[in-house]
Amino acid sequence: MSLPRSPEAATLDRVSAVIEPTESPAPVGRDFPAGFLAARSRPGETITLGLMKLSAWVSIAITIGIVVALLIPSIDFFRQVSVMDFLFGTRWAPRFANASFGVVPLVTATLWTTLIALCTAVPLGLGAAVYLAEYAPWRVRKLLKPILEILAGVPTVVYGLFALTFVQQTVLRDWLGFTTGAFSVLAAGLVMGVMIVPTVASVSEDAMSAVPNALRQGSAALGANRMQTTLRVVFPAALSGIVAAIILGVSRAVGETMIVAIAAGSQARIVGGPLEQGLTMTSFIANAALGDSRVGSLAYDTLFAVGLLLFVITLVVNAISIAFVRRFREAY
Amino acid sequence: MTRTYTSRARELVDTPSPVISCTDVNIYYGKFRAVSDVTLEFGDREITALIGPSGCGKSTVLRSLNRMNDLIPGARVEGVIDYHGQNIYDRGVDAIEVRRRIGMVFQKPNPFPKSIFDNIAYGPRVSGMQVDNMEELVEKSLRDAALWDEVKDKLKQSAFGLSGGQQQRLCIARTIAVQPEVILMDEPCSALDPIATMKIEDLMQQLREQYAIIIVTHNMQQAARVADRTAFFTAMASEETGDRTGQLVEYDTTEVIFERPADQRTEDYISGRFG
Repeated sequence: MSLPRSPEAATLDRVSAVIEPTESPAPVGRDFPAGFLAARSRPGETITLGLMKLSAWVSIAITIGIVVALLIPSIDFFRQVSVMDFLFGTRWAPRFANASFGVVPLVTATLWTTLIALCTAVPLGLGAAVYLAEYAPWRVRKLLKPILEILAGVPTVVYGLFALTFVQQTVLRDWLGFTTGAFSVLAAGLVMGVMIVPTVASVSEDAMSAVPNALRQGSAALGANRMQTTLRVVFPAALSGIVAAIILGVSRAVGETMIVAIAAGSQARIVGGPLEQGLTMTSFIANAALGDSRVGSLAYDTLFAVGLLLFVITLVVNAISIAFVRRFREAY
Repeated sequence: MTRTYTSRARELVDTPSPVISCTDVNIYYGKFRAVSDVTLEFGDREITALIGPSGCGKSTVLRSLNRMNDLIPGARVEGVIDYHGQNIYDRGVDAIEVRRRIGMVFQKPNPFPKSIFDNIAYGPRVSGMQVDNMEELVEKSLRDAALWDEVKDKLKQSAFGLSGGQQQRLCIARTIAVQPEVILMDEPCSALDPIATMKIEDLMQQLREQYAIIIVTHNMQQAARVADRTAFFTAMASEETGDRTGQLVEYDTTEVIFERPADQRTEDYISGRFG
């Protein structure tokens, strides 16, 4: 007498009938034709990679090209004018009959405008960044950040006119009653500072927002208030980004041309105070590079020598800031 | 059953002398009620574990005890959380003072990107503690956190050079340095390996002599090993809205919770039938 099959066994039979199809193809992972792991060429990827490599090298090549283009006329220049006379001479009169190529007046004008711009942009920019990153409610931040970034999109010629007419004439002379001429490094510097604020604020805000919240919570849990947390934890942790923001600001201020060309003045004299006018290195280049200097002439080479000096200054500022960040950064 | 619990080490009084008492606490994130009607007391110089499945609100409850929830936009606490006769959510209570007395250790070790020394000295410095000798305070805090011998020669080095377990003990040392009364721990071992976990658990047993410790843990064995008392939370669908909201199911000595829980849901969770 055969035992009745249990219902479970019957079910099992049915299941195995379903999972044992005889003619279904083997799944890909179970298929091993000869050379199944052989490398395969993927032309799309090769082309993409090639294009990306090309872009990287082209941008490097262009930079080198610019440096060389700066260097060659500059070398010509320094064949005729000694480096010492150029760097330490205090009279800038390249077009006079008894020409003099002392760059100090231009450097002082650039220093003043840059310094004034930084004194404006760093407090305002960092203040805005701290507020946006640490304090502002989400809605305010969402509204304010794009507005701030619009400031960065205003053409610099507009800033220049604003500096010349409103800041210099109306604010400095009429409202504040300062004795100053039609131009001043103060007006140009202040407006240049306003122009840089969005750069400083936006880049340093990004750096502060990137600091992990766990650090803020840890600080709060130890009884620190928000300002202490910001100054002692967030700021040092975001230092490299903040310094990068300021350096970006410095580079823009040193290199800014339109505002200073319009509002800072055009007489190359050593600038002794903020209310004086002055010719910055960039203004000189903008004013002198009008296409009437013959290629290879001394006037032509002068432009490049000043350009090279600008380039070196920016490079030195960058190097100093990198060293500073290495020394003081608290990396998270 | 021969299994023993921490409570063996010390006779537990029936009602703990409470250091923090929650009465009818409801916690909201915006309109969503994350935790409803929690009433429980945390004993002084005891370890209390909060356990339960994910989303049961145990971490939310823990964070509400020193107003860390303030940092989350939209978080709101109703009810009374009494600390020495003062509802910490009353108007005029300074959250910073609360956190000075009720410290917190987080799930993931979060040392500051500073030296080991500065990590410990941070709390005393920012809270304006009168410290005669910071070196002494740093050493004592590190000793109390069982970390001194491992770091005494590298106090000036970055805390980021330490292992995860050492970093977590550093965070405990940092918390001790401001001399709080209560230490909250939010899954302090979940990012650590078993050996580092064991060290933290041993440390908790020592700290229990001086501090009230409240710990959230996903690890039931850990609760059973370290806690004097255990509160079991679970998430229940609300009758009105259908939202799942965290509730306290049962709170008792750890032994009772793990050996003879009164509630079927606790029994199911403890024995691994859900959660």
